[in-house]
Amino acid sequence: MAEPAALSEADPRMAGLAVSLRGVTKLFDNGVMALGPLDLDVAKGEFVSLLGPSGCGKSTALRLIAGLSAPTSGTVGVSHRSGEMRTADSIGFVFQEPTLMPWTSVRENVRLPLKIAHAPKAEANARVGEALKQVGLTEFADAYPRELSGGMKMRVSLARALVTDPDILLMDEPFAALDEITRFRLNNDLLSLWRNLRKTVIFVTHSVFESVYLSQRVVVMTARPGRLSAEIRIDAQEPRGEEFRTSADYAAYCREVSNALAPSYSRQGSG
Amino acid sequence: MSSLPTPPVSVEQAAPDGSALRLVQILLPFVVLAAGIVVWDLVVRINNIPPYVLPGPGAVFGTLVGDWPVLSQSLLTTLVTTLEGFVAAAVGGIALALLFNQSKWLEYSLFPYAVILQVTPVIAIAPLLLIYLPQRTAVIACAWIVGFFPVLSNTTLGLNSVDRNLAGLFQLYGASRLQTLAYLKLPSALPFILGGLRIAGGLSLIGAVVAEIAAGSAGAGSGLAYRIAESGYRLNIPRMFAALLLLSAAGIVIYGLLALTSHLVLRRWHESALGKEN
Repeated sequence: MAEPAALSEADPRMAGLAVSLRGVTKLFDNGVMALGPLDLDVAKGEFVSLLGPSGCGKSTALRLIAGLSAPTSGTVGVSHRSGEMRTADSIGFVFQEPTLMPWTSVRENVRLPLKIAHAPKAEANARVGEALKQVGLTEFADAYPRELSGGMKMRVSLARALVTDPDILLMDEPFAALDEITRFRLNNDLLSLWRNLRKTVIFVTHSVFESVYLSQRVVVMTARPGRLSAEIRIDAQEPRGEEFRTSADYAAYCREVSNALAPSYSRQGSG
Repeated sequence: MSSLPTPPVSVEQAAPDGSALRLVQILLPFVVLAAGIVVWDLVVRINNIPPYVLPGPGAVFGTLVGDWPVLSQSLLTTLVTTLEGFVAAAVGGIALALLFNQSKWLEYSLFPYAVILQVTPVIAIAPLLLIYLPQRTAVIACAWIVGFFPVLSNTTLGLNSVDRNLAGLFQLYGASRLQTLAYLKLPSALPFILGGLRIAGGLSLIGAVVAEIAAGSAGAGSGLAYRIAESGYRLNIPRMFAALLLLSAAGIVIYGLLALTSHLVLRRWHESALGKEN
């Protein structure tokens, strides 16, 4: 698998940016044009949501950034911490499913990225403990995934993404399968983690409400092939909480984003 | 065990609670066994059938006890052959599946021959093997031939059933081939491998028996199948039944042990080993 065209910290094109996509397209083997051309810049420490109809290539874009698949054309730039060569340490990925290994405990699931990187045992233990604390699962370290609820499994998945202390967190509709109450709680937890850790987050979702609540910027994408159709800045008072969710500002932003999203769906319907 | 089919509860039946139902499930086969033995005994007694045509259950049991020194020696021989064949099948099947998984070229070149080996009846191969190999090796080879294919195909299936996202995660973190194999593919395939081993256990016994019958040699080291053939020539029908009984019991024990192993290994995480309530 081709590594993404990694641009170094020193490259002027990457100044202040965590991720930079330029004219990126993706043609699947079956001839379907999934994405693009797409241009997208994400600043360091920014929380960006990719919003669009199902099958618009949001997840494909995320996989390209992670280096899990190679673009058909264009360049994918991902900033690296100086001195580190691999993208692996600087990117954490949370899938739509918890994607845990059912045959081992929560602790071992979270430890996996460190185990692969041959991290020293004592250091790994400390970091696993820290990551579990961040998501509030310290008491469940020895439980097996099947013994946890859907929301807790998602937290384990989040802890595993955080354990390498990545600069960039890629999240692919992580809370889509959860009930609303659990989802709201995880939204709040994610926001407070983001405030404390100041990571760059790229969050894929098809929920208007979730995207407005969480992000500083909502990027609306068109139906397949996914292109950028609108960008909406969400300037809300920080820290956000339940009062933002019930505010008039929030409702107005949701309306604006919904309006921006509507054409994507009508085009999909007629196509 | 949870995999046993639950008998349908009819409407007339006063719904028994779970434990009573389980007890019935365990007891019924024994009731059928007892009834079968009684009927067998009655048929032999009432029709006055001589033991060289059909021995009664008492005669068979008596032979089992009386001939125990000979029969136990044969049982041991057959079990050792079966075990050797089973281990060879397990190691060979898993190793071949791992090789196939690492190299598509190897899989395309060799897999058809594994299938051919499997579909050719072992009883037809055994005489040939006996010509080219020492007898002991030939018998083990037969046990291996019938046993290795289920292990190979199940392990292959298991190695290919890895969760796509988990595989992506391993790729993202830059896992080596060996790490992916040890931490992801083998654990994912474990339930499949254990299923294959469960089938291979019984088949190894069949392979050993087939080869023993084809070999048909005498001597102290002869197995149970040879005892059956030998007793047939001598019209020692009770001993045939006694040896058959032992073979059957050996098969049940082998299956039970493998099922138990599988349950113990998987009980904490795999669906097949979990209670219904979970």
